Amino acid sequence: MPPTPLAILVLDENHIRSSIIEAGLREAGHDNVTILHDVEGIARKVAEINPDVIVIDLENPNRDMLENMFQFTRAVRRPIAMFVDRSDQAAIEAAVDAGVSAYVVDGLRQERVKPIVDMAVSRFNAFSRLSRELEEARSELEGRKVIDRAKGILMRSRGISEEEAYALLRKTAMNQNRKIAEVAQSLVMSADLLAPGDRHEP
Amino acid sequence: MSRETITAGFIPLLDAAIMVVAREQGFADEEGLELALVRETSWANIRDRLAIGHFQVAHMLAPMPIAFNLGLTPLPAPTIVPMALGLGGNAVTVSGELWRNLEAEGASADLDPRSAGEALRRVVARRRSAGRPLLRFAVVHPHSGHNYELRYWMAACGIDPDVEIDMVIVPPPLMADALENGSIDGFCVGEPWNTAAVKAGHGRILTAKAAIWRSSPEKVLGVSAGWGEARPDTLAALLRAMYRAAQWCADAGNRSDLAAMLAEPGYVGRPSEWMLPALSGDLQIAGDAVTRVEDFFLPFAKAATFPWKSHALWFYSQMARWGQVEHTPAHLATASGTYRPDLYRLALKPLGAALPGANAKVEGALRTATPVGSAGASLTLGPDGFFDESLFDPDQIDAYIAAQAR
Repeated sequence: MPPTPLAILVLDENHIRSSIIEAGLREAGHDNVTILHDVEGIARKVAEINPDVIVIDLENPNRDMLENMFQFTRAVRRPIAMFVDRSDQAAIEAAVDAGVSAYVVDGLRQERVKPIVDMAVSRFNAFSRLSRELEEARSELEGRKVIDRAKGILMRSRGISEEEAYALLRKTAMNQNRKIAEVAQSLVMSADLLAPGDRHEP
Repeated sequence: MSRETITAGFIPLLDAAIMVVAREQGFADEEGLELALVRETSWANIRDRLAIGHFQVAHMLAPMPIAFNLGLTPLPAPTIVPMALGLGGNAVTVSGELWRNLEAEGASADLDPRSAGEALRRVVARRRSAGRPLLRFAVVHPHSGHNYELRYWMAACGIDPDVEIDMVIVPPPLMADALENGSIDGFCVGEPWNTAAVKAGHGRILTAKAAIWRSSPEKVLGVSAGWGEARPDTLAALLRAMYRAAQWCADAGNRSDLAAMLAEPGYVGRPSEWMLPALSGDLQIAGDAVTRVEDFFLPFAKAATFPWKSHALWFYSQMARWGQVEHTPAHLATASGTYRPDLYRLALKPLGAALPGANAKVEGALRTATPVGSAGASLTLGPDGFFDESLFDPDQIDAYIAAQAR
């Protein structure tokens, strides 16, 4: 007889990240997964779900409240008193580094829980990587916009072509050991400061 | 001399002041320490990051390290307490509606815990006979001075907080909102979060920690036991830096600078006017009404940074009282061993610091400010009384716990 399916509760304010976790859990064959984004009515919901495993993001400001509820109240039928396996220091470090905490009911066998926690950790890490890449892509895009503006300023003020303007920016960046976007940013800022509208003639 | 880096976790509260000042005013630097401060969102995060070595030390609720060492928390984090981070600093705030009910039942407006508590007992009884739901009070953590002093106060006024009150946990920055939207009726929290609720017009300060138990412990410097053992000299240097920082915090001339420092976005991140009531002791209790509370928050005077074993043991007695731990000789020894006045003495003796002659005292025995023997600078202790005038003698802890058992 296969073991009873585990009830898993994921508490994460971040909708995208929690969807990624949920997808991972379903791929791994867990069907009894509940995702909550806020702590509204949480005690009642936890009592209904009666989870075996609870995954919470470490940024959640309500973590002390949640932990207290898992440990000291009757919201959970079996007391939850574990943070992954107490003996597994490396797993705990990996979880905290990734920004995830997991609570497991007492008496649940480690080999059933570990894959869930490992999956949560790797998905949290993947999400952080994704966020970082998105942030980089966004600044890349902004960099390109600012370079275009800088080129326009140079073309107008010096009467040069677009290619010449770009070459000038690149040369300046190389000479000053800076990024082209940074040079372009300084140029745009100083042009803004000296814009005709802001000039106060005596 | 090579510089050492210490990473410390803290929660955005006024009583992180000593730690913040140790860094910002250069006291850590003078000891050859690079003190990195990391703001955290929960006490559970502080515990976990200390347990896995991200933090060597942290701002902690005074009972937390005792709970860790007693194995009451999901992740074990062996922790020692070689220094306290001041005395007092909390208050009990209630909603406008509950205040009107309390006032009608005779609560005085002067923060007196006795009249407020007896009025609360009558309100609780009226609600029960009217079939209304239990009043809900929030504290910040089950292992906190807030939880134990609120329960102590209620119990001493004839209210059973386990049965007659719905006690919940809410993080400090969310207390004022919870009071406003009616999800709680009152709370016990550190500053500036009582002031925040009063300034927002949602709450009235009913009484203060300093009125329930004068000169009582609140936050401590929690130190990873393994790190402290491996780096005794670094730890001693940190204690010296923090002792000087505490002295700086107590100087009234530094008050506005300190308030501005704590108001910075990386620390408490709230207006500096919110920090001033706790620092001056002139609490804005409702609207424009200001009431002076003696010894509301003491960062330095009266041995405010000394880690008294009697403080650790009182918290332990309350853990036993409220069913968090079974009272056994082994548990008692663990609680007592968590606080390390020996390390405090060793580190601060060279500074000529005021060092009490004993490691424990009978809490509540000093009815007035009393000069006491000191191995360094002169020292005055007390008053340190409980509002109900009872005494806690750590040598008679069995009898104390037995008398409080229900």
